[in-house]
Amino acid sequence: MKVLTANFVTCAVKDCKTSPASFPLHFHDAELEQEELEFQPEFIRNILPRIDWPALCTTANELGFPTLPESKPEGDKLEDEQTLKDLHRLLLETHVTEGKLACANCGHQYSIKEGIANFLLPSHLV
Amino acid sequence: MASQQPGEAYEQQNVHEVYQEIAQHFSATRYKPWPIVEQFLKGLPPGSVGLDVGCGNGKNLMVNRDVFIVASDRSENLARIALKHQPHSTVVADILDLPHRDARFDFAISIAVVHHLSTPARRVQAVAEMLRTVRPDSETQEGGRVLIYAWALEQKNSRRGWDKGDEQDRMVPWVRKGDQPQTFHRYYHLYAEGELEQDIANAGGRVLESGYEKDNWWAIAVANPKTPHRV
Repeated sequence: MKVLTANFVTCAVKDCKTSPASFPLHFHDAELEQEELEFQPEFIRNILPRIDWPALCTTANELGFPTLPESKPEGDKLEDEQTLKDLHRLLLETHVTEGKLACANCGHQYSIKEGIANFLLPSHLV
Repeated sequence: MASQQPGEAYEQQNVHEVYQEIAQHFSATRYKPWPIVEQFLKGLPPGSVGLDVGCGNGKNLMVNRDVFIVASDRSENLARIALKHQPHSTVVADILDLPHRDARFDFAISIAVVHHLSTPARRVQAVAEMLRTVRPDSETQEGGRVLIYAWALEQKNSRRGWDKGDEQDRMVPWVRKGDQPQTFHRYYHLYAEGELEQDIANAGGRVLESGYEKDNWWAIAVANPKTPHRV
């Protein structure tokens, strides 16, 4: 599971969707892998406006990455190749291969196995 | 004890378990996106973020690398096959309980999926769940578009030969070839003309375009504006 993906998933439990505590989900016992992917600066520039920056900061912090700037890079920063490369590496090349994603609202934990997070709910949570 | 009543347990047995079994062979027979799906995905602005709900082997993830798609499937075996399509991502999820926030996405597609839900209420709920995830229509901006395909009842020129008036709820055989061929049966609800559009309306959506392609009914819809609560 890519770090970028964590920015676009939340708890599958219906009642959690209205709670701010359900996003982002929190990584536990995460095992990370880097997988090289061709660097496309345009892709990073285009996707950046769609990213929830505070949530990404939380995720990056939990995964042990250096602290991200407080605000989303914009303007001249988007011309800086190193900034875009760092984001490319974090968002697209960093994968969580094993671990758990926990909802801070209901406490449910979703497992990640071999790079795939499983959001199917046990029957009592549906 | 096998469940004969339509609903979740019935789909578990007659849809989900079958796809887990046939995933490899099914995937080997699905390699080309349908033209309208391809056109829809190619027309998205770069940087759009969307969903492919019931992505199967991920054949529709090959179309556009300038957008980001969070694909999902109920079958872990299929999700695993879909995982390889960069720059996208794949998770295991249920169409009725999608792990996504409201109004977060620019588009969603669901190709040949909703016809596996076995009650009218569950089919409408599936459409509503996808409409929930895209940004709704507003006064300044058109909402995120949802493209849905479902198998048509009217397909008299196909090898199945069904047509208007025939039984709509069916078990359809899948023959897994190999040293020991084995036949599996999947549940389908075949959509009659106009039914998909009706389901979308009942789910709180507005149909922008709809039509028929390759024995399927398709529709592109947006979510109606949120509750008319104005200050």
